[in-house]
Order: sequence, then C-alpha cells, then structure tokens
Amino acid sequence: MIKGMVSKPENWKLYWKELMHQCNEIGVRSIGIVVIIAVFLGAVTTVQTAYQLVTPLIPKSVIAVIVRDNIILELAPTLICVVLAGVVGSRIASELGNMRISEQIDALEIMGINTKAYLIMPKILAALIVVPCLVILAAVLGIWGGKVAGELSGILPNEIFNQGLLEDFIPYNVFFAMSKAYTYSFIISSIPAYYGYHVQGGSLEIGRAGTKSVIVSCILILLADYALAAILL
Amino acid sequence: MHWLQFYYRMIELKNIEKGFAGKLVINDVSAILETGKCNLIIGASGSGKTVLMKCLVGLFEPDKGDVLYDGDSFTNMNEDGRKNLRQQIGMLFQGSALFDSMTVEQNVMFPLDMFTKLNLKQKQQKVNEVLSRVNLKDANKKFPSEISGGMKKRVGIARAIVLNPKFLFCDEPNSGLDPKTSLVIDKLIKEITTEFGMTTVVNTHDMNSVMEIGDKIIFMHQGHKEWEGTNKDIIFSKNEELNQFIFASEFLQDAKDMRMLESKGKISEDRDMDKLMS
Repeated sequence: MIKGMVSKPENWKLYWKELMHQCNEIGVRSIGIVVIIAVFLGAVTTVQTAYQLVTPLIPKSVIAVIVRDNIILELAPTLICVVLAGVVGSRIASELGNMRISEQIDALEIMGINTKAYLIMPKILAALIVVPCLVILAAVLGIWGGKVAGELSGILPNEIFNQGLLEDFIPYNVFFAMSKAYTYSFIISSIPAYYGYHVQGGSLEIGRAGTKSVIVSCILILLADYALAAILL
Repeated sequence: MHWLQFYYRMIELKNIEKGFAGKLVINDVSAILETGKCNLIIGASGSGKTVLMKCLVGLFEPDKGDVLYDGDSFTNMNEDGRKNLRQQIGMLFQGSALFDSMTVEQNVMFPLDMFTKLNLKQKQQKVNEVLSRVNLKDANKKFPSEISGGMKKRVGIARAIVLNPKFLFCDEPNSGLDPKTSLVIDKLIKEITTEFGMTTVVNTHDMNSVMEIGDKIIFMHQGHKEWEGTNKDIIFSKNEELNQFIFASEFLQDAKDMRMLESKGKISEDRDMDKLMS
C-alpha cells in the first residue's frame, strides 16, 4: 500500500487542498477531546502522586517532577494517541470504507487518479503534522491541569509546583516523547486507512473494519511504546 | 489482426477469462464494441456482466486475454499509458458513486479541477453546459443526499462526460429507477453517444433499455458470451437461453408469439385483440 502511494500527484493544488482538509479533520476536530483528557490526566496524576508520597522525607516539589515526567514521557504521547486511534482511526476507516462500498474509489480510479496517493497519503501526512502538535498541547495542558489541581485541592502551592517543574529537567525526554508521537501518528493513520481502503461487502463490514482498525492500532501503539522505551531509554 | 481495429474509438475483447477463488466467472469472452453505438451487455444477475465491465475498464485484471482500445492493449499498458487512457473514459456507476461531501457542481467540476488548467469561470461554464445537457438545472448547490435517484444518475452522466471522453461505460444505469425515469436516462445515453460519437458500453438487464438503445447486444450466460446481435434480431432469436431471459414473463412470451404470427402473416392488421388474448 505504501509503495502505491508514492507517485507524482495529478494536480498539486488539489492534493494540497486535501492535505489541509485532513489536517483540519484529524487535528482541529480532535482538539476538544485532547484538551479535556489532558487537563484531567494532569489533575489526577497530581492528586494520586501526592496520595502515595506520604513520607515527610521527600520534598513536595517531587510531585511536580513526577507529574511533569509522567506526562511528557508516557501520558501525553501514549494515552492521547490511544484515544486518537479511536477518534481519528474509526473516522478514517469508515470514510474510506464508505467510499469503497459506494464505488467512489472506483470512480476516482476510472478518472485516472491514483487513489492511494490522493486518499491515503494526505491522511498520513496530516497525522504526522498535527498529532505531534496535539501531543505537545496535551503535555502543556496536562502539566497545567496538575498545577491547578494541586493549588485548588491545597496539596501543592503554585510556587512549589513551579519550582518542581524546573528541577532535573532532561530535554531528551521531549525528544523521546516526539519520537513516540511520530511513530504513533503513522500507526493511527495508516492502519485504519488500510482496513478502510480494503473493505469488501456492505455497511456491516465498514463497522467491522473500523473496530478492527482501532484494536490493531491500539495494540501496535502499546508494542511500539515498549519497543521505543527499550531502544531509546 | 481484426480489420475493425482500424476503426477509431473501438474496444476489442480477446478471449477474456476471470475467476475468483478458483471459480471462473468470465469464460473466454471475445467481442468488438463499436464506435458511435450503444453496446449493451445483458444477462441475468450473476452472469458476469459487472465483472466483464470491470475487466474492460481495468478495475479487475483479466486472468487471461486482452482488452484493446483503438488497437492498443490495455492489459499490457504501463501505468502512465493507463492514466492517459483513463482520462478518455467516463463511467456511470450503478449507485452513481457521487462524492458525498461535494455539491452537484463540485462533483461535476472535480475532473476539470484535477486534469485541466481552466480558470474558475471557464470551469463553471463547462459544468453548467453539461448539467443543462443532462436536463439538470437549479441543482448545482445541492448535495447528493438532497436529490432523487434519477437526478443522481444524471449528475453521474454529467461528471462522466465533462472531459469529453471517447468511451462511456454505464453499469446498470436504470437500477432503482421507475420506468419513466429509466426511459429518460436511456434516451440521454443514446443521444450523448450519437452527439459525441462515443463508444458506449451499457450493462443492463432491463429489456426496455435493450429495445430502446441496443445498437449492439451481447448476451452473457453463466460467464460466457451466449449470443450477439442487435435489438432487431433479439426478438426473433432462436437461442434458448436468450429467450428464457428476455421472455421471462408470460406477457412478453405472448407478445413474442403474436409478433411471430404477425410476421408470418397469420394475424391481420385489423386483428381483434380481445379474441386473440382469450
């Protein structure tokens, strides 16, 4: 499938338009869910970390360190991408599946358009562009959520949280998070595209393709999570 | 080499075979689809009409045999050659295959956007031209979900002919349409074929279409070509399978018997229909 996608576009302008459309569909339309999940993830992480750190020997600023590293290393890239696999993945699979069943893909083929290049490539490129941005947004909002939760619940004052955020910060962690984000972006766009593009049958099969693509994407994300951790850390 | 290959815009099928999971669906089909004519592929459901059409347009690769467009082998063509040829092909799909997210105007304009360098005004002019050619006005801004089945077919035809193709393929153009609308679509296909001098191939099992527009008819039965002729020959054909297909209803069988008697001079012009029917 990947090989078939690489060809000279019939019309650069239309391909660009499709790429922008997909950036909007995958990125902008997912902002809402990403914001909600990220803020609450950060808040819950702060509260639960404070609950577990009962000894007075450990300074409270460590809670902020744990929240920051947890969110950057794992929660923002992995959990957000698992959610996106459901939101974006099922949309891609059902869109392409519906186009296949209703012969819209055949109609494009007949016109002489490389459907893999026109329909799948922009989705993968758009995911590679916008998903890392969503992961950065989730990391920022997650940490902010943790800070707000710490202040509101009286667990951790803002000053100590801010102090903790700057302690032992390793920039490599951001690189690691971005490596995960790019890998997962590819998974959550290409797997549903594959299942959607190759649907055969009727509306029941479109639903099955959507479900299957989400399950496979999630499993691959978890496998890649472990593989990247083992290789890069 | 067939002498007809020197005709322009002709499609030739040579010993086409296609199977799925070890079962042969198209078995050794050869035919010539002629220019400026409505070439009909007819047959019962499951006879292999759609698979044959998909082999013709390259959506399926035949297991054996070849499809020649103006004498050029489509099967052996490279990707660029196929792309170029496909821009000369228009196709109307059974379900119209309009793009859901686009309006009628955008659907028809899409091939122009993709393959021409016309400006917006020129493209709109061309779109309005083809939409009025298929008798569709005031629907430009509507989405496919907002128009009727017959209108969808007409939009499908408009999109298929907007690049002035040499070859037009119609897969079951009348499926899901009432007899009156079917007649309008048939008439439109026939007119367009003559007007643009296209090679038109229509897949159908609608006998009205056969009689209305069938300049050349290929009857498919269980994956092979059973009969070939024109709409003038079909009524008097002695092919048993073909007769079973076209005279499936008692009414049509009676009509055929009557025409046979009429042709033999056994029924006079001033016949008493009530007496004959009883």
